[in-house]
Amino acid sequence: MNSRILKNNHLKVRSIFLAIALGLLFFNFSFAQSESTVEQAEEAEAFNPGDMIMHHILDSHVWEFWEGATLHLPIIVYSKERGLEIFSSANLYDEHHNPVEYKGYTLEHEHIVRTDGVHVYDFSITKNVAALFLNSLVMLLVFIAVARGFKKNAGKAPKGIQSFFEPIIIYIRDEVIKPNIGHGYEKYVPYLLSLFFFIWFGNLFGLMPGAANLTGNIAVTATLAFFTFVITNVSGNANYWKHIFWTPGVPLPIRFIILPVELIGVITKPISLMIRLFVAISAGHIVILSLIAMAFIFQSYAVGIGSSIILVFINLIEILVATIQAYVFTIFTSVYIGLATEEAH
Amino acid sequence: MGAGIGAGLVAIGAGIGIGRIGGSAMEAMARQPEAAGKIQTAMLIIAALVEVIALFGVVVNFMISLG
Repeated sequence: MNSRILKNNHLKVRSIFLAIALGLLFFNFSFAQSESTVEQAEEAEAFNPGDMIMHHILDSHVWEFWEGATLHLPIIVYSKERGLEIFSSANLYDEHHNPVEYKGYTLEHEHIVRTDGVHVYDFSITKNVAALFLNSLVMLLVFIAVARGFKKNAGKAPKGIQSFFEPIIIYIRDEVIKPNIGHGYEKYVPYLLSLFFFIWFGNLFGLMPGAANLTGNIAVTATLAFFTFVITNVSGNANYWKHIFWTPGVPLPIRFIILPVELIGVITKPISLMIRLFVAISAGHIVILSLIAMAFIFQSYAVGIGSSIILVFINLIEILVATIQAYVFTIFTSVYIGLATEEAH
Repeated sequence: MGAGIGAGLVAIGAGIGIGRIGGSAMEAMARQPEAAGKIQTAMLIIAALVEVIALFGVVVNFMISLG
């Protein structure tokens, strides 16, 4: 009886996996087809892979989900005499997506400038800002549901969405945060769990078609690294600062050599976090986009089919990289916090 | 052309690095099969770190190729 139940589950898992793999394969082909017919319509426009790739990696005021479904995001600018102005970015483009001037504002390389040269403060909702809001909304919905499930099923087995996220939360807390921070780890668990899931969801959403490259934006990763920097140094205890400024256990002249090295180390650790996440995600997107661009450069069906098959596997690797980079950011942050709060021994 | 040569060198670096990690992981798993899960997790994490450095090179070469 038990072996029959186990075999049924095994078959179900296999068929779900097969369905997802075939779905991904089909998805690749269907999008490649629609893009190629559009390219033929815009004749005499040579295909520029560099432009296409940078357009997908960089931030923009217009969110183009797919050909024909664009969302013109609002532009919010503040400047000296004109004050706060809010308008849709549709005003800044004409029908052929060329930048035009509107109310004295125009776009230069995706930056808003005023035609009379006065400095503007740009608070616009760009593609990445909208993606950040979406990411936060999804996180709120998911974790409020998980928390509600946890309260309802207290003492019983978890059900529904709680059964997926609770093991992950417990794993991060018990294998990543607790061993690395040690005593007093409870204070940091909420922030570190939010950090892990924010980066994980942001990475995964960035891989979906029509999505924004949120965690591959260096401003976003710089902010996350800055939070790590602030939390590490604010929770640094006397032992931590003593190790930096006046390292115990080494001869006296060496301490003066160690001092600038340690001070640089305080800054380079968050910077390495920032660059690691930014490069991993952006380069992953560039690789995927380059493989798609290959089909258009060679203008051949064989190359298109071949690159689509390779793309399925590269996409699966990128999903793995998305999870690993979130995990690595979280574990390094907890190691740094642990180093800052450890007692002398 | 410099970007092309650079991209090739980056691939060599990544290949050597991840190959060595994979090699030692295989050896360790063969010596002690019950630790295979831990070794595999550690291997994936370190491979991700080495791969990021290779991706630095990819991005730099890409920007060079764009001019």
